[in-house]
Amino acid sequence: MKHTLVALVQDKPGVLNRVASLFRRRAFNIESLTVGHTDQPHVSRMTIVLDSDNTSAHLVEANLAKLVNVIDIQDVTNQETISRDLALIKVRVDAAGRAEIAQLAEIFRAKIVDVANDSVVVEVTGDEDKIDGLVELLRPKGILEMVRTGRIAMVRGNQARKSTNGHYNGNGNGNGHVTREVGASSV
Amino acid sequence: MSKLAGAQILWECLVREGVDVVFGYPGGAILPSYDAMLQYPIHHVLVRHEQGATHMADGYARASGRVGVCVGTSGPGATNMVTGLATAMMDSVPIVAITGQVGTKVIGSDAFQETDVTGVTLPVTKHNYLVTHVQDLAETIREAFYIARHGRPGPVLIDIPKDVQLAQTEFEYPTEPIHLPNERLLEKYVPQEYFARAAELIANAQRPLILAGHGILLSGAMDEVLEFAEKTNIPVALTLLGIGSFPAEHPLCLGMMGMHGGVYVNEAIQNADLLLAMGMRFDDRVTGNLKTYSPNSKKIHFEIDPTEINKNVKVDVPLLGDVKQSLQKLTPMVEPKRHDAWWQHLQRAMQEDPIRDVLDWESPDGLMSEHVVHDLWTATEGEAIVVTDVGQHQMWEAQYYLHNKPYTLITSGGLGTMGYALPAAIGAKFAQPDKEVWVIAGDGGFQMTMAELATVAQEKIKINIAILNNGYLGMVRQWQEFFYDARYAATPIFSPEFTKIAGAYGIPGYVVDNRADVQAVLDKVRSSPGPALIEFRVKMEDAVYPMVPAGANLHDMIKREKIAQPV
Ligand SMILES: Cc1cc2nc3c(=O)[nH]c(=O)nc-3n(C[C@H](O)[C@H](O)[C@H](O)COP(=O)(O)OP(=O)(O)OC[C@H]3O[C@@H](n4cnc5c(N)ncnc54)[C@H](O)[C@@H]3O)c2cc1C
Ligand SMILES: Cc1ncc(C[n+]2csc(CCOP(=O)(O)OP(=O)(O)O)c2C)c(N)n1
Ligand SMILES: [Mg+2]
Repeated sequence: MKHTLVALVQDKPGVLNRVASLFRRRAFNIESLTVGHTDQPHVSRMTIVLDSDNTSAHLVEANLAKLVNVIDIQDVTNQETISRDLALIKVRVDAAGRAEIAQLAEIFRAKIVDVANDSVVVEVTGDEDKIDGLVELLRPKGILEMVRTGRIAMVRGNQARKSTNGHYNGNGNGNGHVTREVGASSV
Repeated sequence: MSKLAGAQILWECLVREGVDVVFGYPGGAILPSYDAMLQYPIHHVLVRHEQGATHMADGYARASGRVGVCVGTSGPGATNMVTGLATAMMDSVPIVAITGQVGTKVIGSDAFQETDVTGVTLPVTKHNYLVTHVQDLAETIREAFYIARHGRPGPVLIDIPKDVQLAQTEFEYPTEPIHLPNERLLEKYVPQEYFARAAELIANAQRPLILAGHGILLSGAMDEVLEFAEKTNIPVALTLLGIGSFPAEHPLCLGMMGMHGGVYVNEAIQNADLLLAMGMRFDDRVTGNLKTYSPNSKKIHFEIDPTEINKNVKVDVPLLGDVKQSLQKLTPMVEPKRHDAWWQHLQRAMQEDPIRDVLDWESPDGLMSEHVVHDLWTATEGEAIVVTDVGQHQMWEAQYYLHNKPYTLITSGGLGTMGYALPAAIGAKFAQPDKEVWVIAGDGGFQMTMAELATVAQEKIKINIAILNNGYLGMVRQWQEFFYDARYAATPIFSPEFTKIAGAYGIPGYVVDNRADVQAVLDKVRSSPGPALIEFRVKMEDAVYPMVPAGANLHDMIKREKIAQPV
């Protein structure tokens, strides 16, 4: 079964390395890992997808919690989440075929973001199934190149996962009193 | 406010952490700190190899419960520390390692003696730091000590570039409480029902058994374990690192479990209907084949580290948190009990004990290591701090030296680091200067770090060294004998005359090759004021019995053949 973990981590050199090193050392098999900024300075957010048939989600979560630079971690698998993946897909197509691609794109609410003589680049956002669906339809046309961001996820409703102050005691090396703000709907 | 250089701030902070001794080796990138050290009331022990410094800090920590500190320079100084950090990491030992680093301006340029030390040591430290601003130094050091000893202890490394040691800043020792980003994630919350459930399992158990591990010593929960065991009358089995957490000669103590544990101890585990695992992590040398491990028991796990719960063995009731606190809560909830049938069964099984069996052997064909350890135990009345190396002698120590007191066996369990004993014993002696400290090492492992004899001599410390010289890398030879048709590839090992080596450092040495002389030489060495080394020339091809072959069922032990007894 696929599990999605959302982690807030300190945004400082080496933290991604610590997380990646942990996964490698413990032989955790990760399907995707995305990292990006949040609305708070010094706090990054990671979305981690793993298959719990070969890697225990509980063990991954517990091991992440032991990393000093991890501020928050939650398994959102059984919560109502919005999850998104973004793909750029370069498809081989001549002028004659473009209209068909444009039509497909429209059905998937995708955009054509680049047009060249014999190719177009399609940008699509959505959950992974939707993107997989478009990819399958485009594959016979000839996919030249593709990149996907991997899943990012957020729980629906007013429950927030963030660190309240992002203030780190002036020490650039790991300390920082960060508390978790939990919305009214939290249990 | 006064301005101090980073180098001074380092020592200011160490002094405030209560450090009075560090183990280290200087070099270019750490020179400013060494220069500043002279102004501070800290004793520096000059080692002969940085691996030695890490093991000394480790031995110091295990013997005292305080954080051990080691210091080294950049590049090779730091990489030499990797083995010691990994050793401390595996056995949850709190040490802080300070390393010099090349200047911040040249980091990443392959500067002279530059190594990515935080990268190299990432998997073998609990946490590590590269300090790039002198303003962060004091807080970082304070945090490093906190992390080293907090929760599940472990090694922490601080890499300090040379320019940060030289840069000046206003120094104020931070006093506000430390808050780590992940602290809320590690808050231990155990629902009250879990304690109730544990109490119920204990009340209903017919064949309960306590598995006492290193976590009890790390927690300082010896009294709580004793009280709990005596109240419930539950027998106790020890892991190698749990030795000392419960008095070996207490009537409830069964002895060591696992690969070289007692036959009846392992059988008790296999037959138990309740295991109470306290501060132990079900290492593979403890469980053998996990598929057949204690199949009919419920399991309660007292454990501070959530990643250890259900890692190797699925448990029924996890009591997450400090074992001392958990027992303080649980003991009042259980009723005194007797387990007569279980106890009678165990006592019958104990009659046939292949470990104790050899004690009354005459040994005409050579001195037996088992006897040497036994005689050392009697001579020291079981009161010495014994620091072992890794191999057969380590297992014989665990089997024949009965430790009633905590923190008196110091040994590398999880990593099994040969070369550990001599430097760790030096560290232990600094932690417990009034205690009698013995090294028990093999001829192989001793040669890995024997350069530290010079440190013993330079520091003029009294430690006693027993080398059990069997002419082999004995433990590996034993595996070759059992599992590789006795093809002894690369295990016969030449040794120098150890007494001459010792003599070169001004340390008196003795050779003993028969049992009749053991006592006299032990007495002589113990009563002499300075350090001494004894080489015991022991039987070459003895093996450690009983033994669970790696991965085999815990109850399928290889036992010593009775007929092997010489008449
Ligand atoms: C040659 C050789 C042979 C060996 N043979 C054997 C053998 O026959 N039998 C044997 O037992 N071992 C043997 N070992 C050692 C073995 O490899 C392990 O090191 C040992 O079993 C680990 O013991 P432990 O789990 O008690 O300690 P550790 O590995 O130190 O684990 C301690 C546990 O306690 C937890 N803890 C820490 N603090 C607390 C606290 N405050 N409260 C609660 N929990 C806490 C930790 O999180 C950890 O899970 C051998 C080693 C060698 C080198
Ligand atoms: C650094 C290191 N290298 C290799 C080993 C593998 N090993 C384990 S026990 C052992 C033999 C130890 O021989 P010795 O020190 O003579 O002790 P003995 O077993 O003979 O008592 C070896 C090589 C190890 N544990 N550590
Ligand atoms: Mg040997």
